[in-house]
Amino acid sequence: MSGADNLVWLGTPAFPEAARTALADTRLRANLRRATGTIRDRRLAVVAELDDWEDLRETAAAVKRRTMRHLDRHLLRLEETVTAAGGTVHWAADAAEANAIVTRLVQATGESEIVKVKSMATQEIGLNEALAEAGVRAYETDLAELIVQLGGDRPSHILVPAIHRGRSEIREIFRRQMGKWGRPAPEGLTDDPRDLAEAARLHLREKFLRAKVAVSGANFAAADTGTVVVVESEGNGRMCLTLPETLITVMGIEKVLPSFTDLDVFLQLLPRSSTGERMNPYTSLWTGVTEGDGPQNFHLVLLDNGRTSTLADEVGRQALSCIRCSACLNVCPVYERTGGHAYGSVYPGPIGAVLTPQLVGVENAASLPFASTLCGACYDACPVKIDIPEVLVHLRAKAVEAKRRDRLLPTPEALAMKAAGAVLSSPRRLAAVQRLAALGARLVARDGRIGVLPGPFARWSGTRDTPAPARESLRAWWRRTREEGRTTTEGKGR
Amino acid sequence: MSGRDTVLGDIRSALADVPGAEAPDHDPVPHDVRSQQAEPDVVELFIERAADYRATVVRVPPSDAVAAVGRALARTGARSVVVPPGFPADLVPEGSWSWLEDAPPLTVRQLDAADAVLTTVAAAIALTGTVVLDSGPGQGRRALTLLPDQHVCVVRASRIVADVPEALSLLPPHRPLTLISGPSATSDIELDRVEGVHGPRTLDIIVIAGE
Repeated sequence: MSGADNLVWLGTPAFPEAARTALADTRLRANLRRATGTIRDRRLAVVAELDDWEDLRETAAAVKRRTMRHLDRHLLRLEETVTAAGGTVHWAADAAEANAIVTRLVQATGESEIVKVKSMATQEIGLNEALAEAGVRAYETDLAELIVQLGGDRPSHILVPAIHRGRSEIREIFRRQMGKWGRPAPEGLTDDPRDLAEAARLHLREKFLRAKVAVSGANFAAADTGTVVVVESEGNGRMCLTLPETLITVMGIEKVLPSFTDLDVFLQLLPRSSTGERMNPYTSLWTGVTEGDGPQNFHLVLLDNGRTSTLADEVGRQALSCIRCSACLNVCPVYERTGGHAYGSVYPGPIGAVLTPQLVGVENAASLPFASTLCGACYDACPVKIDIPEVLVHLRAKAVEAKRRDRLLPTPEALAMKAAGAVLSSPRRLAAVQRLAALGARLVARDGRIGVLPGPFARWSGTRDTPAPARESLRAWWRRTREEGRTTTEGKGR
Repeated sequence: MSGRDTVLGDIRSALADVPGAEAPDHDPVPHDVRSQQAEPDVVELFIERAADYRATVVRVPPSDAVAAVGRALARTGARSVVVPPGFPADLVPEGSWSWLEDAPPLTVRQLDAADAVLTTVAAAIALTGTVVLDSGPGQGRRALTLLPDQHVCVVRASRIVADVPEALSLLPPHRPLTLISGPSATSDIELDRVEGVHGPRTLDIIVIAGE
């Protein structure tokens, strides 16, 4: 990983510690509860309108699965079609390479500022920071990204990066910061979202009209036609994709779709899952360069940055099907309480908990696979049916394995699990332990419950009461009352 | 070239579990999502859904179409109006408007100063209330429908299809395509929907149907 990389925010604490701080912030929790509640209701209403929603999900999952299995072929086809349509394709193995390519392309135009469409890929590689080092100023033009940029803040949601900010905080940021970046906020700005949106319109208008270079991400790219798709709401995307002379699109390699007709499925699933709309206000599709319409120089940067190592894991691979809708964030009981910053990555929430550790290596984000209750709400909401709980459990095993490798001595947990393994694999040992436990528990239990225990056991017992084991185990009871069953249970019956 | 070779090499080694002879369409796709039932009345559904996104939608017979265009422009008080090449002359109302043609191409400043733009559509989608532009005749290049603050869009009933797959099957992928569903909007502040950010803040849709 390069120093500019933004995938994991260096210096941020592990999830449990970061979550504790977030949970203590009552304003944050109120903002999140209101926002996620609104979007959940909206999503459910528009999803219920389609009677073939489950068919669409299954189709999308199948298309993504088979695309991943032949990713190299589809990317080569995309390179061919984009090039034939007048575009230039670049390949970047990691963040540093991608940043170097984009910086070089911007410098070649002689410009020192660019406008940007909201893009997770460029967030992930820390492009703005890399450009700043080269003396190029990048202006975020999505309203939420603008709020984050002006506030010197970090994004906390995939779709609505400023979801942690309430309207009055946003007014303050606009009043204090807009003047430093360009046109100041209007006098007497209120905290009405309408007024705030108008302030953003005025602030950015001048930048759009004079911009010569734009950088975007991509939601999809069709390999058979070379068509790239950006889905948005505000029109800032259309401004960036249409007005400048040069357009540079940074796209993760997993975004390719084999065919233009595959868009049928995804353009139905994405808006309903993400903003809870039947269709988002603006969807732009373009193929290379069109004479007399839009940018006359088009560059497509294909980004790996950890995606091929994710692809190599047969269980974890499905995380690459993600279309960044953020439905899983909005339904997650953990996300709703901690917000996105606690995940310490540009990809927060359930999808972040499976994607981030795979992109950076599980040992570098070991707390994230545990940042979940495994309730499964994310799996139900996912439009491409990523089994997030399955991947979480898989990554938990990998995290434990990685931790074990790094230690000279086993952890108490590992020792306990080893002992449990030995006991559970032998019926005789299990019976003996159950007898001992029943006896021991009666000594420490009060009113049938075991409270706080001394020594190393306190880590388990400190936060929960455990019911005392029964006086007699089921196995012992069975043996005592069903004489004839004995041979079966002891012998071949297992 | 090194980046390209590295990425492709890494993809191939990551896919060691995929048999070399497997065809890209080996895994079946379970459903045909194009086989949606057509809505009985796509015109009415389109009008309802487009209005739902706070576009101003009217349904008029062909004889009233040109007057409806005039009424839409009069409502907002638009004075200077962009008319793309190929826009039907019989839909341009008579009056004191100043019509801007895109030949030679208008500059972004001129477009920004224009009050409104008139266009036809390549297709319209009933289920989502979407209009689709493919920069064909009567629509012009993309910037024309982006900078003026009002977009008046004339939709003939025959252009309305049921759903997104049907619309995509009719569109030429090699032309720049823009799917528009209501005026520009944002939900970035407390997920509260606000219409009107950077694109046209007023979208008028005039559906020409029946007599």
